Amino acid sequence: MIEHGINATHAVVTLDVPLPGIIWGWMITLNMWAKSIGTGVVFVAAFLWYRHNKDEMPNMRWTMPLISFIALNVFLLFTLVDLHQPYRMINIFLHPHWTSAITVGAWMASLFTGLIMVMMLIGGFDAFPDFRKNCGVAKTVRGISPFYEKIFPFVVFLAIPVTMYTAIIMAESSARELWQAPTEVMQMMWAALMAGSAAMIFVSDKWSKEARRDLALILAIATFFSFIMYMGEYFFSFKSSEAEATLAYVHSGGAYNTEFWFGMALGFIAPFFLAVSNMKSDNKTLLRFAAILALVGLYMAKDVWLKIPQMLPLS
Amino acid sequence: MKLGFLVDLNLCMGCKGCEVACKVENEVPLGSWRLRVKYIDIGVFPEASRNFTPLRCNHCESAPCERICPVSALHYLENGIVNIDSARCIGCAGCMMACPYGAIYMDPESNTADKCTYCAHRIESGMMPACVVICPVEANIFGDVEDDTSNISLYIMEHQGSGVQVRKPEKHTDPKHYYVGGGTQTLDPLAQQRLEGYNLFNKITHLEHVGDPHHGVLDRFLAPFAGHAEYDNKSFMDSEKSDDDSYEQEGGH
Ligand code: SF4
Ligand code: SF4
Ligand code: SF4
Repeated sequence: MIEHGINATHAVVTLDVPLPGIIWGWMITLNMWAKSIGTGVVFVAAFLWYRHNKDEMPNMRWTMPLISFIALNVFLLFTLVDLHQPYRMINIFLHPHWTSAITVGAWMASLFTGLIMVMMLIGGFDAFPDFRKNCGVAKTVRGISPFYEKIFPFVVFLAIPVTMYTAIIMAESSARELWQAPTEVMQMMWAALMAGSAAMIFVSDKWSKEARRDLALILAIATFFSFIMYMGEYFFSFKSSEAEATLAYVHSGGAYNTEFWFGMALGFIAPFFLAVSNMKSDNKTLLRFAAILALVGLYMAKDVWLKIPQMLPLS
Repeated sequence: MKLGFLVDLNLCMGCKGCEVACKVENEVPLGSWRLRVKYIDIGVFPEASRNFTPLRCNHCESAPCERICPVSALHYLENGIVNIDSARCIGCAGCMMACPYGAIYMDPESNTADKCTYCAHRIESGMMPACVVICPVEANIFGDVEDDTSNISLYIMEHQGSGVQVRKPEKHTDPKHYYVGGGTQTLDPLAQQRLEGYNLFNKITHLEHVGDPHHGVLDRFLAPFAGHAEYDNKSFMDSEKSDDDSYEQEGGH
């Protein structure tokens, strides 16, 4: 009987319109995931170039911007495709509203992608000197080769806000209290380091053992701290009634509970141990496996975190 | 001037006249609402009561939707109305993530965000909002909250003791939409349960689409060339009928 099922002090909605379901779905997850790779590889490259001789990672000068460029284009493509009026994207540049993190982010990400493209062209043409030897464009690009090293510090600096602005968008999303956590900023940074190191693992075959060990180290640290932060947010984020209601629902085994724990085990715990073991004995196959797990797990974790607060009725 | 709304929930009888008037006045498409009247049953028989709560945009003085809109499609008017320029909206749905009251919807015909505008077009020509005019018990009171002699200001002053409330004051949005006769059970959605099986509208607790249900990724790019000539509201009825058990559609808690 209903009186046993419902606390008598509670109210029951008996007539209402249907509420919107998930509004920001998998395209936004993919967008955030791809951006993590796009900026993450830049941080990882900066760290490795600082720690090691360039010869130890011979292909990184062109593979890093190439991976970043591809990932950033996936990110930009899905940003565009998720718009209900994609052609009007231009309005962000024609009528920018600077209080919006979406605007600031779009401008910064566009500039960042432009610079990465320049680095990719320089890195690519320098790495393959025989490719289009007599082509005018190739010659010009090869002529500005030192420009790569000059803009790189600026690109690393710019990668920081490009990584973090999504956390500001989430902070501006007043209707989704779960996202409005200060930890989100760091979570974006760890995600970038995790995705960046995982992506670079795939091109690290010919690198020195020491450089690869550092890659494994970054992956291990990033998965560890990201996991700890997720646990902190998952168990202790009872800072507001709405965030609490969202988490209580997931805790009780509701939808997305399995995806969350699957993502945590697969994408954070397993790669952490694989990466740590790899620091002792260099095993390229296992490291690659850890990288795949980390990338899949990161996608799942981001997907759950994006979707769960959207299931809460707001009014 | 700061225009505001006040709804006296003691007077509202849940006739949904305002809901219909708003739909007609603003040509709000099927499956979307600028204003809805929610029925909430409180207590257990024989100590049970049915309560009616009209819900619309609050025209917040510190509006998160305006802040997050990347192109200023959402903007303040001088009279305090938070207005929307659909011609500029890019359909990013950022505002839907930002409005703590779920007051914004993606118009399935224009594929742009839309919401209650306090009938800005009627105000401009000196008329009252459509939902105010239609209300048979005058439960909707509309006017300038900065003018001490306006109806709404007098009403607020008169009911100060018995409690004039806004929704989710903790969000610091400073809503310009007040309720008299409301309480946590009627104004806080987390204090209410949405039980499948006890709703008059079963199995459609959540919309299956955001914006046009027949507006796939490719259509978004082809839309300006294809137009909406073939489009009619029947398609919404069809989409609501389709039985999909995924939690994304029927979720909520
Ligand atoms: S109620 Fe929502 S849509 Fe209306 S002004 Fe406030 S934040 Fe914006
Ligand atoms: S959907 Fe439109 S109105 Fe809403 S934030 Fe995006 S551009 Fe602005
Ligand atoms: S003021 Fe106008 S737009 Fe707003 S709910 Fe009333 S009729 Fe609808």
